[in-house]
Amino acid sequence: MAYEGLGAEDLHLWRGERHVLDGVAFTLPPGFCLHVAGANGSGKTTLLRAVCGLLYAETGRILWNGRDVSEDLPAFHSGLMYIGHEPPLKSDLSALENLRYWLGVRRRLTHSLLEGALQRVGASAWSDRPVRTLSAGQKRRVALAALSLALVPLWLLDEPTTNLDTAGQQLVGTLIEEQLARGGLVLAATHQDLPVARERVKRLELAVE
Amino acid sequence: MNWTWFHRLASPPYIFALARRLTPWFGWTSGLLIAAGLYGGLVLAPPDYQQGDGFRIIYVHAPSAWMSLMVYTTMAVAAAIGLIWRIKVAHAVAASCAPIGASFTFAALATGSLWGAPMWGTWWEWDPRLTSELILLFLYLGYMGLRGSIEDTQRADRASAVLAVVGIVNVPIIHYSVTWWNSLHQAPSVMRLGKPAMPVAMLVPLLIMLLAFTLFFVAVLLVRLRGEILSRERAASWIGEALGS
Amino acid sequence: MSNVTAVTGEPAALAGEEGRGPPAPASMLDAARLVLLRDLKLAFRRRGQLVQPLAFFAMVTTLFPLAVSPELSRLREVAPGVLWVAALLASLLALEFLFRDDAHDGTLEQYSLSGQPLTWLMLAKTVTHWLLTGAPLALMAPLAALSLGAPGASVPGIVICVAVGTVALSLIGSIGAALTLGIRRSGVLLALLTLPLSLPVLIFGARATELAIRGSAYGAPLELLAAMAILGITLAPLAAAAGVRISLE
Repeated sequence: MAYEGLGAEDLHLWRGERHVLDGVAFTLPPGFCLHVAGANGSGKTTLLRAVCGLLYAETGRILWNGRDVSEDLPAFHSGLMYIGHEPPLKSDLSALENLRYWLGVRRRLTHSLLEGALQRVGASAWSDRPVRTLSAGQKRRVALAALSLALVPLWLLDEPTTNLDTAGQQLVGTLIEEQLARGGLVLAATHQDLPVARERVKRLELAVE
Repeated sequence: MNWTWFHRLASPPYIFALARRLTPWFGWTSGLLIAAGLYGGLVLAPPDYQQGDGFRIIYVHAPSAWMSLMVYTTMAVAAAIGLIWRIKVAHAVAASCAPIGASFTFAALATGSLWGAPMWGTWWEWDPRLTSELILLFLYLGYMGLRGSIEDTQRADRASAVLAVVGIVNVPIIHYSVTWWNSLHQAPSVMRLGKPAMPVAMLVPLLIMLLAFTLFFVAVLLVRLRGEILSRERAASWIGEALGS
Repeated sequence: MSNVTAVTGEPAALAGEEGRGPPAPASMLDAARLVLLRDLKLAFRRRGQLVQPLAFFAMVTTLFPLAVSPELSRLREVAPGVLWVAALLASLLALEFLFRDDAHDGTLEQYSLSGQPLTWLMLAKTVTHWLLTGAPLALMAPLAALSLGAPGASVPGIVICVAVGTVALSLIGSIGAALTLGIRRSGVLLALLTLPLSLPVLIFGARATELAIRGSAYGAPLELLAAMAILGITLAPLAAAAGVRISLE
């Protein structure tokens, strides 16, 4: 099966009466990152969620490897990782426990793998504390650790660099570049610039209605 | 297979215009049939040998009870169609059905209570059919409550559609368990009409009323449906033309 | 799954695990086990909350002798009904924390995107919920029954009946809980939706308990109760998953 990457054709989506996605289309070959840019309210999050299948687009379709994803959504989902505005962490569990339960539903992960990932994002020192004691930037680092463990071809990231310091932002860039080097794809919605090499980034500009 | 008729039925402007054309037919026919049925039932039919003239309320009670269940079924089927094929008009139909069905249920309860009161000596008895009817009213109220609590129309449609489907699956179960419960306690069973088989003169007006109520339901549904479509599509371009005509 | 190796080609080196292949995907059982463990762990970190439905149950059953009469002979007559109404109300209260937190922090969203069947995960969550609420209720119910004049010999019967019934109640309740996600202050609406659907469980459960208290055979209504629980296991998670997906749209 030829690997063609991700594509979207003629996506139209309404939220209530607002025509949020008006004929959005793109193709993203393997090894490339799609930077979804636009002002607040232009539909960046909506687009990401529509690609995932969380939102239903009235017209148009999403193609993965040339096939319509609606034919086999579970297979599509097992090949992607979506991280929204807020990292999906349980405040009563520690960072380590969160990773185990979050990713364990997808893959069998050993303790050393989890710890290794947390070490990579600089979280070892505070990986045992309950997440509610962590700052927003620390929570985002835990989400990055999850990304590095997921090993899926498609990443969908909503505002990946929010709340991160410079070192954190560089980490995001490094992780994305590693993913692209592996032949993976990244969809990143952000109104900032991505810390990724220009030649690997395609830009999709969304306008407010 | 030619699906164009199906697609046309799913189109709000088409249904809007169709509803307007059909309403008078259903309305007038049901009006005439109700008049005929009431005349047959209240005047022509012979009195029941056990209950005398008191049984005549059955001409309103039985059709109401029948409709309360039929409307719920219609609502659940429309909701399921809207859920599976994502057809907005189907959701609009389901939304329009609910208050009508609830009203029929309430009418069935009220007439049931009125019917039983002279015989029971009280205004209410936990008769299995009345109890099932009461639970059906709660199902309707829950459906309307859920719709009313969700602001986003699309989400309200889909959530209440799931509820309607779950409800219709449960209706037979609820009915069975209520009948079972009632049989345990030998509560007074009413609404028996003396002889096991109804004479034709009693039966015919009843059937006429049944048909009449069905047509009446359709007429009211069409009127409500137009209102529902209007409120949902108020920003659409076809509204201006359709109302002007 | 072939997608993964097609994209990544050479298995990527993970931090700390040079040269190994990518980790194996989790099976459905793995996923269910993790859902269960996570929910149990979270519940025990907030132990205070766990006790609340049980305390409520105890309080409600106490209301009846105070409101009706302390005569055990009278109480024994209404004991099955009191027990079941109290259990139903306590279950309703406990439903609040079935999906609420997970919806709030994005866990449900991740479940729906995990590649695992959402229906299966909802079943796992509901079963865990029963372990935390229904099972303790089943163990407490005999105490309440005894306080209402039930004979000691009826205890095993009461535990079984309430245990099976609360399984059905948790499953039925999961539907309403999923449909009312995102609605503010949905407690009363949840009750309004769940109560009519729970009436069959109430009817058969109360009857089975009544027979148990009287010392008669309670097999027939118990079987119907079990049938309802089984029907719930097969159908309720489907409706709950539909409700969750709708709330994510």
